[in-house]
Amino acid sequence: MNLRHFFALGALALAPALGSAQATRLRVSFTLDTLPNGLTLIVHEDHSVPIVTTNVWFHVGSGDEKVGRTGFAHLFEHLMFMGSDNAPYPQFDRLLEAAGASNNGSTTEDRTNYYEFGPSSSLPLMLWLEADRMGWLLSTMDKPKVDLQRDVVKNERRERLENQPYGLVRDIVPPLMYPAGHPYSWNVGGSMADLSAASVEDVKDFFRRYYAPNNATIVVAGDVKVDEVRALVRQYFSDIPRGPAIERPAPAAFTVRDTSAILEDRVQLPRVYLNWHTAKSTDTDTPALQVAAYVLAGARTSRLTQALVYGGEVATAVQAYDDAKRLDGDFSIVATARPGKALDTLQTVIDQQLQRLAADGPTTRELDQARNAIEASFLRGVQTVSGKADQLNEYYYQTGNPDGFQNELDQLRAVTAADIQRVVRKYLQGPRVMISVVPQGKPELAATRKRVTQ
Amino acid sequence: MIRRVLFCCLSVPVVVQAQAAFDRSKPPTLPAAPRLVLPVVLASTLANGVALRVVSQREVPLVQVTLTIAGGSRLDGTESGIASFTSRMLTESAGGKDVNAIQSELAYLGATLSSSATWDAFVVSLNVPRRSLDAALALMADVVQRPSFTGADIRRQRDLRAAGILQRRDQPTALAGLAFNSLVYPVNHPYHRSPDGDSAATARLDSVAVRAFYTRRFVPAQAKVIVVGDISPAEASNAIGTAFGAWSSPAAARRSPPVTASAVSNAAPKVFLVDKPGAAQSVIAIGGPGVPRSSPDYAALVVMNTLLGESFSSRLNSNLRETKGYTYGISSSFGWTPIPGAFRIGTSVRTDVTDSSLIEIFREVRAIRDSPVGVVELARGKAYVALAIPGDFETNGQIAGQLVELDSFGLPLSSVSEMITRVNAVTAADVQRVARKYLPADRATIVVVGDLAKIRAGIEALKLGAVTVLDVGSIVR
Repeated sequence: MNLRHFFALGALALAPALGSAQATRLRVSFTLDTLPNGLTLIVHEDHSVPIVTTNVWFHVGSGDEKVGRTGFAHLFEHLMFMGSDNAPYPQFDRLLEAAGASNNGSTTEDRTNYYEFGPSSSLPLMLWLEADRMGWLLSTMDKPKVDLQRDVVKNERRERLENQPYGLVRDIVPPLMYPAGHPYSWNVGGSMADLSAASVEDVKDFFRRYYAPNNATIVVAGDVKVDEVRALVRQYFSDIPRGPAIERPAPAAFTVRDTSAILEDRVQLPRVYLNWHTAKSTDTDTPALQVAAYVLAGARTSRLTQALVYGGEVATAVQAYDDAKRLDGDFSIVATARPGKALDTLQTVIDQQLQRLAADGPTTRELDQARNAIEASFLRGVQTVSGKADQLNEYYYQTGNPDGFQNELDQLRAVTAADIQRVVRKYLQGPRVMISVVPQGKPELAATRKRVTQ
Repeated sequence: MIRRVLFCCLSVPVVVQAQAAFDRSKPPTLPAAPRLVLPVVLASTLANGVALRVVSQREVPLVQVTLTIAGGSRLDGTESGIASFTSRMLTESAGGKDVNAIQSELAYLGATLSSSATWDAFVVSLNVPRRSLDAALALMADVVQRPSFTGADIRRQRDLRAAGILQRRDQPTALAGLAFNSLVYPVNHPYHRSPDGDSAATARLDSVAVRAFYTRRFVPAQAKVIVVGDISPAEASNAIGTAFGAWSSPAAARRSPPVTASAVSNAAPKVFLVDKPGAAQSVIAIGGPGVPRSSPDYAALVVMNTLLGESFSSRLNSNLRETKGYTYGISSSFGWTPIPGAFRIGTSVRTDVTDSSLIEIFREVRAIRDSPVGVVELARGKAYVALAIPGDFETNGQIAGQLVELDSFGLPLSSVSEMITRVNAVTAADVQRVARKYLPADRATIVVVGDLAKIRAGIEALKLGAVTVLDVGSIVR
């Protein structure tokens, strides 16, 4: 297998550079086609291993849900595996397994994806199954299916949130960060009450509105030939009628109100969550916010990691990340106290470090370190056909260009010290939502300090 | 031809002709599955005994370097947790450099370097862009051969470990796993205890103990280095020779002591309950002794377990998730470790159906013992195992991982091809035979972590076996 990679047909054209100055070129080759019914097909050939993945994005997520039906996009994702006209339940999973393939799906605020992974021979089956549920899902949909997957989804919620320490924070943050009615003002998983309320009619409405070829993109990546993929996709998907034009939510601009909340939970150690309103993924400030997150907590020697965990020794762990979504974004710093430490102590250190970064900016060494680490993580991201396929779909949805790898990397590499100072001042010193999770009966451990104003 | 021309027009609407002779009602007939092509591995040995394996993979300009030494946490002896702690300490200060200097340089190189211990091995893993390989390897050489074990570094990591042990009390899934291992493996078995040790042993960790353990165990003649990635075998050999060729050790190579203890097979099922008042779910772990990887039944066991609880369509998941709606997921597994591990079924279920879930789990375990699996089901399980194998060799890390795992059982890479042949030969009778022989239907160890006020009566009414309530403090010490 080692030599086969030499003739990888330019699947990934890379010219490694010397030194830290520049610049690996990342190019993921692709073809882009659109069927008359609006379905977009992106194919990426990578012949290094005889495997294939299909990755379908429907451009609908929890942000498209109606009030009173939170969690519905995710519940619907589960129902997509419950059988269609020509592949009645439970054939979807059974046929794929019999071909050596696995599958899954996931839902975010902005999109729902479905993917299969297996030997290259399983591609026709993957596409046939995806087409059948895109075109012929509803006639077999009934209340028992909805009730069953409602139970499964509620169990998922219990396992991931309610039975996890700190898990309920995921319910608390969105409605404090975003105004009522904003598409991101509820947790993707939704509430138990809303899940209980979902009906078969809701399922049918949702499918007719959002699960149409003109709202979907399919990426096929792996050991395939683009013309064969095109022929298969045309054969399986062409009969699916175009759906109605889709109205996207367009939330109004807003300002976060400074908020503090305390959650008493079954935890041994207190944890503080600090959240700021930032910018959407295509905003020009987003790359600087992502580099700022790395400078703050991306490595052992990052500023907060040093000040809280290894130098200051008041926390056991700290994370920082900018979650830039299609319509809006938010930045989080999450720190867990060491035994005996109160969250006020952690909050003081975090405030000081943010002020220092805003005042002085990162050093050249910090910036170079962040750039190199981020570039290496890009390389790791293109090691698998699954990673490339999902990213092609992501870039296409966000920018219209599937091969956005190098562009995103260039934007991250172009971030300057002044950019970091600017975005820290602009976003991370303004109003914030602060959640303290403390052991039950110990509210005195919560963070209480007022925001430091400049 | 026409199809192609019509369809390749980018974004131009065209009228597509109706497809002739296409029957959507039948799944497509698939071409023959691709043949497995295994990576080419070049093996050599440095003068000091370090074994080297190299696989050239030129697709992405990254290199994976994995160094392993057999041993790991099973060598803890009375110093609970020392193997994993010593491994963890390697990536602190080393080679005369302060920990922050090392970590800053690694990040600057775009490298990730980690050091850990499993129950059975010490593993140091480097992943780095090709252009930074030499500099990163020099740091890896320092941490493996010249760790400082300063008092300050040790105290800091010791405090973090103590906090981590404390936090386990919050995690019902972790509690179930720790309780299960402490019950299914007897007290003198190396897998009985958590590899991370307990609070008291953690408090005793110091430079003297860590250095003594390191000196005994980190011996070049027992080290194996696997290099996978954008590098030629000759370049890899030179680079590893530079990094590890001068490594010497005062300690003689020693084999791990033989393990005579084996997992507990109960005379009758035993039930152990752990109280988590207010828990939203009950975490269940059920199992018993496992099987040696060298067993001639290995392929049949893998197929049987796929059908029982490994694949999504498995009987346990189809029943408890997809039919009953009791859980988000349930799975079963055999611990394929150098010392035979355990068989275990694991899930989290709704509190009010905890007893019903136990009934259904045992129903499925008995069913696969009592009746042969069907033809279609068997074919699905075999294909799911055999055809998925090429996908295990996609990344440098996966290839290195496969080589490490096979090596831990003394198996050559070619055994992967043999496995496919053996899986394809498994019959329904084989599946039933190994289910009867190895699944602990009537002698299982059953652990449930949940809200006992709500679930205890229901579990006791099942009369599965003697019920013991365990204190959280006895599981996480």
